[in-house]
Amino acid sequence: MPERFMIGTRIRERRVLAGIRQTDLAKRVGISPSYLNLIEHNRRRIGGKTLLRLAAALDVEPSLLSEGAAATLVSGLREAAGAADDAAPERDRAEEFAERFPGWAGLVTEFYRRNQEMERTIETLTDRLAHDPFLADSLHEVISAVTAIRSTSSILVETEELEPEWTARFHRNINEDSARLTEGAQALVKYLEAAPNRDAEVQSPQDEMHAVLGARGFHFAELEREVAGPRAVARLVRDEAARGLSGPAQTLLGAVLTRYLEDARALPMATFLARLRTLGPNPARLAEATGAGLAQVFRRLAAMPAAEVGPVGLVICDASGTLIFRKPIEGFSMPRLAGACALWPLYRALAQPLAPLRRRVRQAGRGGEAVEALAVAGPEGPGGFDRPAPVRAHMLLLPDPGAARGAPEEIGVSCRICPLAACAARREPSILAEGF
Amino acid sequence: MGKTVLLIEDEPNIIEAVSFILSRDGWDVKTHANGHDAMDAVRRRGPDLIILDVMLPGKSGYDILSEIRADGDYAAVPVLMLTARGQTRDREMAERAGASRYMTKPFSNADVLDAVRALAGT
Repeated sequence: MPERFMIGTRIRERRVLAGIRQTDLAKRVGISPSYLNLIEHNRRRIGGKTLLRLAAALDVEPSLLSEGAAATLVSGLREAAGAADDAAPERDRAEEFAERFPGWAGLVTEFYRRNQEMERTIETLTDRLAHDPFLADSLHEVISAVTAIRSTSSILVETEELEPEWTARFHRNINEDSARLTEGAQALVKYLEAAPNRDAEVQSPQDEMHAVLGARGFHFAELEREVAGPRAVARLVRDEAARGLSGPAQTLLGAVLTRYLEDARALPMATFLARLRTLGPNPARLAEATGAGLAQVFRRLAAMPAAEVGPVGLVICDASGTLIFRKPIEGFSMPRLAGACALWPLYRALAQPLAPLRRRVRQAGRGGEAVEALAVAGPEGPGGFDRPAPVRAHMLLLPDPGAARGAPEEIGVSCRICPLAACAARREPSILAEGF
Repeated sequence: MGKTVLLIEDEPNIIEAVSFILSRDGWDVKTHANGHDAMDAVRRRGPDLIILDVMLPGKSGYDILSEIRADGDYAAVPVLMLTARGQTRDREMAERAGASRYMTKPFSNADVLDAVRALAGT
């Protein structure tokens, strides 16, 4: 398998390097261009005679195509040279280098590959830190307390002849803020220490899958084509696997994309967008007009390009309440580490399957904006007489519809970072100290 | 002197400290503690200068800044943005939204005074 995988790639590389078009090379060798295309994409096994003819047409030793150690080494070197900033490698002598010092050349390409991997890891870690709502909120709390203490204490030190009542007041403020700072800092330390198995978390298959979806904007043009089938899904998964997606994440991605494909077949994009234009982003009317279920309409809305439908968020949870799909929307935070807020309409829908609900909600805390949440829960699949179908809940998130829909309901992100004081649904204390 | 500064910030002890140092510097300090109706407060107080926190309950400081810049009467008022984050991205956002100056928490009182005096001089 790996050998076959490489021959086609090497043929393509050599052809591009020689500046020959696919059709021309196919003609010279006496095969059809589409067959050559399949060979180049490693999807057809290549026989001895064809290989010899291809090597002759490309003016290379057949062994270079079949063995190709040097060829892969050279392409690796070229890649590394392309990323060089200050160093000025002799690009035109890469082949000579690979041939004369294969060991050293291998070392260079390996370093380059490892460097790439590390950069990806750093990006993932940075991304996690920047988007972790727990960290962001508790750091904000700590910095606010520090700011108040710094400002107040320098007033005490620098102001000459400060009136006694002001002095007393500022002393009291510092005392208050330092207590708050202590609590905040302790909570932060506890949180960081308690994070279980952080290495594994960075690469949790769920995160990997969501990273792939996010990078594509949750839209896959390949699956929107009329002729798209399971093979298109397999190809997408294989491409991601080649880029290092882990096995479990491949399984998750495969399942999500298969459902995407089913949705795209049930509600093809062109007609769906046309309906959307006449009916507006109204899932109930879209479902009525198309005969599809609300959950499917939700997924379809979330799969449209943002340029067509504007920002659309979607959360899906299973019957345990675990978020198994998260497409973010501005103004609404979704926890990735722990359980979400029990007040989310998502969970209310889960408690009452098949009863859709629509709410204007706002997440309590700083800077939270209102959004419109539409939720529905229902069985996935037909189920059986020995075992009922599993239930899932979907919650679609749309930009704020405005005050016309009534005052927004206050909900949270997750208890630990939630400032709501009297909440019947609270399951653990907040790490945010009550400032005032 | 006798100019008015409007401080939009939700931490009571920061409000108190900053109000104190600005009052001592001769400013008439008005304060407002949430994002929802911050723009109303701006219109009511008609300040010569605004100090605006980015993280406010109800509405983000960036949105409030856009509203201020879109208002004919207050589009030119100097605005000093305060935020707990100092990353380039946030600075860019503040500049794009039209902040006159940007300051990262925690700040020193001298920094605030310098910034306010510089903005008032323009």
